[in-house]
Amino acid sequence: MSRHLDAAVELAAPMLLVIAVGLISTTASASNQVYFLNALVSVAIVVAIYVFVGNSGVISFGQISFVAIGAFAAGVMTVPLDSKKNVLATLFPLLRDHTIGDVPSLLLAAALGGLFAFAVGLPLMRLTGLAAGIATFAVLEITHNILREWTSIGPGATTLSLVPESTGPRQGTIGALVVIAIAFAYQRSRLGRQLRASREDAAAAHGVGVHVHLQRLWAFTLSGALAGFAGALLVHQLGSITTEEVYLELTFVTLAMLVVGGMTSLWGAVVGALAISGLDSFLSQAEQGVHIGFTLDLPQGSRLVCLGAIMALVLILRPSGLTGGREFRLPRSWRRR
Amino acid sequence: MTLATLTFQTLSDAVGLGAIYALMAVGIGLVFGVLRLVNFAYGQLVMAGAYTLAFTAGWPIAWSIVACFAVVVALSLAMDLVVFRPLRGQSPAVMLVTTFAIAFLLQAIALIVDLRNGQLGEVVPSLSSLAQPITVAGVDVRKITLVSIAVAAGALALLALLLMRTTIGLHTRAAASDFRTARLVGVRANRVIAFAVVLSGLIAAAVAVLLTVQLPFVTPDFALRDTIVVLVGVVVGGIDRLWTATLGGFTIGFASGVINSALPTDKTVYLDSVVFALVILVLLLRPAGLFNWGRRAAVERV
Repeated sequence: MSRHLDAAVELAAPMLLVIAVGLISTTASASNQVYFLNALVSVAIVVAIYVFVGNSGVISFGQISFVAIGAFAAGVMTVPLDSKKNVLATLFPLLRDHTIGDVPSLLLAAALGGLFAFAVGLPLMRLTGLAAGIATFAVLEITHNILREWTSIGPGATTLSLVPESTGPRQGTIGALVVIAIAFAYQRSRLGRQLRASREDAAAAHGVGVHVHLQRLWAFTLSGALAGFAGALLVHQLGSITTEEVYLELTFVTLAMLVVGGMTSLWGAVVGALAISGLDSFLSQAEQGVHIGFTLDLPQGSRLVCLGAIMALVLILRPSGLTGGREFRLPRSWRRR
Repeated sequence: MTLATLTFQTLSDAVGLGAIYALMAVGIGLVFGVLRLVNFAYGQLVMAGAYTLAFTAGWPIAWSIVACFAVVVALSLAMDLVVFRPLRGQSPAVMLVTTFAIAFLLQAIALIVDLRNGQLGEVVPSLSSLAQPITVAGVDVRKITLVSIAVAAGALALLALLLMRTTIGLHTRAAASDFRTARLVGVRANRVIAFAVVLSGLIAAAVAVLLTVQLPFVTPDFALRDTIVVLVGVVVGGIDRLWTATLGGFTIGFASGVINSALPTDKTVYLDSVVFALVILVLLLRPAGLFNWGRRAAVERV
């Protein structure tokens, strides 16, 4: 019985945290709400990355390319028809003359992300270590380059705007919860356990019959689908987006969130995403002067310095992350009851 | 301009870029050899050097360059002491992401320092005369291209001497091939690491001088793009050995230059896609490194 309780707690803790953020965001003023929405979307992106990186132990810099694909697919397909003909005139006719609703755009983004990840993963999942890192990074570069230059499929180097801003507190919370629930279901499934075994010891897992390459491919595909979905949430939150916003900086920041939280647990991914985006929001408030008992007024530009310093400090002092890479557990005295 | 001179021009530019990338590759490879750490913040060392050159632009050139070397080596040592040392033995992912954070931090600090005068970017005028072209056999070659090649060749030769002919060089090579065994036979870890870190700092400073001539406008993301490309080149070449890493750095610089001129003009915007598609291809065919002949990729061991 206690095993099931542990599992329930493992899933409930990150979900309650996300619901709490969602609820607080409904009470926040319009100007502050954006911080909470950022946090919710970050959770979705980081958990999507975690599904592959956390479960397989193989570092990937490529997951943001699936976020980018999801964001641009969902964005381009939801720009209202009457303005689309003017602002996105260079698109293929099929894309230019059709528009889909909000939920279909989220699903389309997930499907495209998953499909693309599968196609890329098929050859690349053979690689391990640094070679895997660099190859996935090359995927990010190619995706960014093509999205930026090919104006038949998107806005190219200009800003994609007029995307309906449908990721409010409700869609943000539900979206993040869906991603967490799928990640949880995956890591407790037979497939997920096989992959996690290969993370701990690839040779031993291979020895007991785990097809490591195949398991990595499944996780990469699922991670790509979730990343595409998270990208759709992102574009619907921002309303306008450029290719630069889903590129290097987002890659580094989301990976840092994952590692700061604790790379090998779902709880770590959620905590890391919320902690860093919370800190970031607080610091950008502090740059304009914030009242916390005393008035804290940081000079301009110090937000990034503090953020970088704190991330580095956490990693140096606690390399296994804030959660130690473990799932959430009730304290022992509670569980015995 | 005939086709022949055009090709020569392309080649000389490509070799010049390759030479600078080879230097950066050595700097990254040296530290990786002893620490098994991919230092993503290497570009920020170059950036710090470039800012030092910019801020000391009023000084005599020689002093300005000395200041650049001093600042970069000091920063390099500080990085080792504060960041690399506590992280020794951690997983590669944690080390790499920590150096991201350090790169992010240094860039943020540079932004604040840079914006003190209200505008982004500083100009390094001191060595700009080197950017002028000279004519060699009927072809215009920028002086800096020749200087880059000479400096890179000189530095690499010096480094080879240092590593092959001195005791500390021998220790460094021993530590790079098997750190634990090297320690067991009496190689002092901290000395070897400090040696590698200082050397890689010196190289970063040299790169800062060369790059600021090519690109005299210094911003906080100076050399960031170059570092990323070099890191890719280093892994493609084979990061486990210094010379394959160096060759990888040179190759990616050289290949970018050649491919750029080989693409039709309206397709040059897709240069990155072509280069990185080649990178993926090479990694798939030779995951242990393009130049890593005669040694199999480390197989999985129980």
